[in-house]
Amino acid sequence: MNSHEPRMTISIASGKGGTGKTTVAVNMALSLEKDVQLLDCDVEEPNAHLFIRPRIDEARPVYLPTPKIDERLCDHCGKCSEFCEFHAIAVVGNKAMIFSELCHGCGGCVLVCPKKAIVEENRQVGIVKKGVMGNIELVYGELNVGEPMSVPVIREVKMSIDPNRTTIIDAPPGTSCPVIESIHGTDYCLLVSEPTPFGLHDLKLMVEVLKEIKIPFGVVVNRAGIGDRKIYDYCRAENIPILLEIPFDRRIAELYSRGILFTTETPEWKNRFRSLLSNIMERVGAPTASGSRKGFVKET
Amino acid sequence: MKQVTIVSGKGGTGKTTITASFAALARRVVVADCDVDAAVLHLLLDPQVISEQEFKGSKLASIDTVRCVECGLCQRACRFGAIKGLEIDPVLCEGCGVCAHVCPVGAISLRERIAGRLFISETRFGPMSHARLYAAEANSGKLVALVRHEARRLADREGLDIILADGPPGIGCPVIASLTGVDIAIIVTEPTMSGFHDLRRILSLARHFKTTSSVIVNMWDINQENTRRISQFCEQEGTKVLARIPFDPKVTEAMVAGKSVVEYSPDSTASAEIRVAWDGARDLLGVGSGRRE
Repeated sequence: MNSHEPRMTISIASGKGGTGKTTVAVNMALSLEKDVQLLDCDVEEPNAHLFIRPRIDEARPVYLPTPKIDERLCDHCGKCSEFCEFHAIAVVGNKAMIFSELCHGCGGCVLVCPKKAIVEENRQVGIVKKGVMGNIELVYGELNVGEPMSVPVIREVKMSIDPNRTTIIDAPPGTSCPVIESIHGTDYCLLVSEPTPFGLHDLKLMVEVLKEIKIPFGVVVNRAGIGDRKIYDYCRAENIPILLEIPFDRRIAELYSRGILFTTETPEWKNRFRSLLSNIMERVGAPTASGSRKGFVKET
Repeated sequence: MKQVTIVSGKGGTGKTTITASFAALARRVVVADCDVDAAVLHLLLDPQVISEQEFKGSKLASIDTVRCVECGLCQRACRFGAIKGLEIDPVLCEGCGVCAHVCPVGAISLRERIAGRLFISETRFGPMSHARLYAAEANSGKLVALVRHEARRLADREGLDIILADGPPGIGCPVIASLTGVDIAIIVTEPTMSGFHDLRRILSLARHFKTTSSVIVNMWDINQENTRRISQFCEQEGTKVLARIPFDPKVTEAMVAGKSVVEYSPDSTASAEIRVAWDGARDLLGVGSGRRE
């Protein structure tokens, strides 16, 4: 730990999908001139790499410990199946079956088996990739297609958080577990919304979430100019700061569609993203050390 | 009974706009909102709630601090890092029960948590099954399964032959729960690098579950080159492109008015192409086609 530079972890979330989380995350990362980490935690549909296009230096599989039953030892007592809260083991007659996609990897079945007939083996559920482009270190996860649980992959992506650098986390859409996992432990959450009834509705849900898990937050209004003014009324009434507005502009949409960041085409926006970040730093009091952050304690 | 689910991979491509319009074009169907953690279909369909019930999600461990001897066994056994001292972090706890099992003094119990509500409603286009997952709750896949179960009951009860479901974004558990056993998945994409990338992933998910899928390219004129590439890709994959909907400000206006775009502005370019998509979907479902060119 040699850094005394202010650093922090900012998450970017939205509730509603397609409001511009990745646009804000990537443009903000690119606008900073110093080294920054960008973590794409939307492991179901990661997109940040399409804009950053880094050279991939590292690709690490993500495993989940999943039970395997030794049929020679198993006497089909059914205790494992009884214990499993996720219905990942069924014992029917003389056969014990594992539904590995439902397994959370808690290890409970191994603990309760009286015959020691269960061992765990690692099953790959996704992959985490790392690469660098300019000042940005990008870390992103990909959930294997057909796997339902994204949380273990998100945890693995977040293990890469470097406590000495500013880290920007691009969260998935929604308000449930993958989002909470992504924003948990971050210093500040930026909510990207749009001035439409759908945008406002889901913004309110996210505000509820952030109050519940006690993370300070502010709003970015994207596509300003479309829809109505209700998002502004809501933010004013609730005393929620609107930190940036990005106007609706067909040119921005077209650049986005080609995977081009609008800050590279319109440099004045770089300054706006830089001041957005310093504004957030002031609001959270810019911690210089990250302290202990939560992480998945891996059994080895 | 035929089940159609609208999905997208990428969020914000227009799933809900299209679902609401399809409901309006069908006139009477069962509607299911399977996007339970950021549900917005009700903003366009204005459902009148007839009945509701609690949804019990995953469990949550709780420590009886009087009985606890602070041995630390639970903390070491928990693989989710959810126990710190005498506290359970409700965000990290997955409700597996390992802590309760290892506790030598029986100080830990698992409690059910009420994770959301399920609603049965009536809309101007037929009955609707929908839900609300509470803030920061888990287990959305289970709630989606419940919403679909109720939708099938409604279809049986009212003798309706189509269930139209608005799916969540992504490819994870709530999406899988929305897709299993449906007759067709309609994937709404947009001609952006992200839209195309995410289309490939959701299409392979549909394949994985052997679900027939077809594609709608929304806002196709934002990038005509990408639209061409998407169409080519779909052709190679043997997936039908049902329609190409242009970017049309009427879509947002309709949303502000709380209506589907085919009701709000039936003559708009978007509405015309949504009708083409619905006719194509009916063809695929084998429930009789509408007009033909």
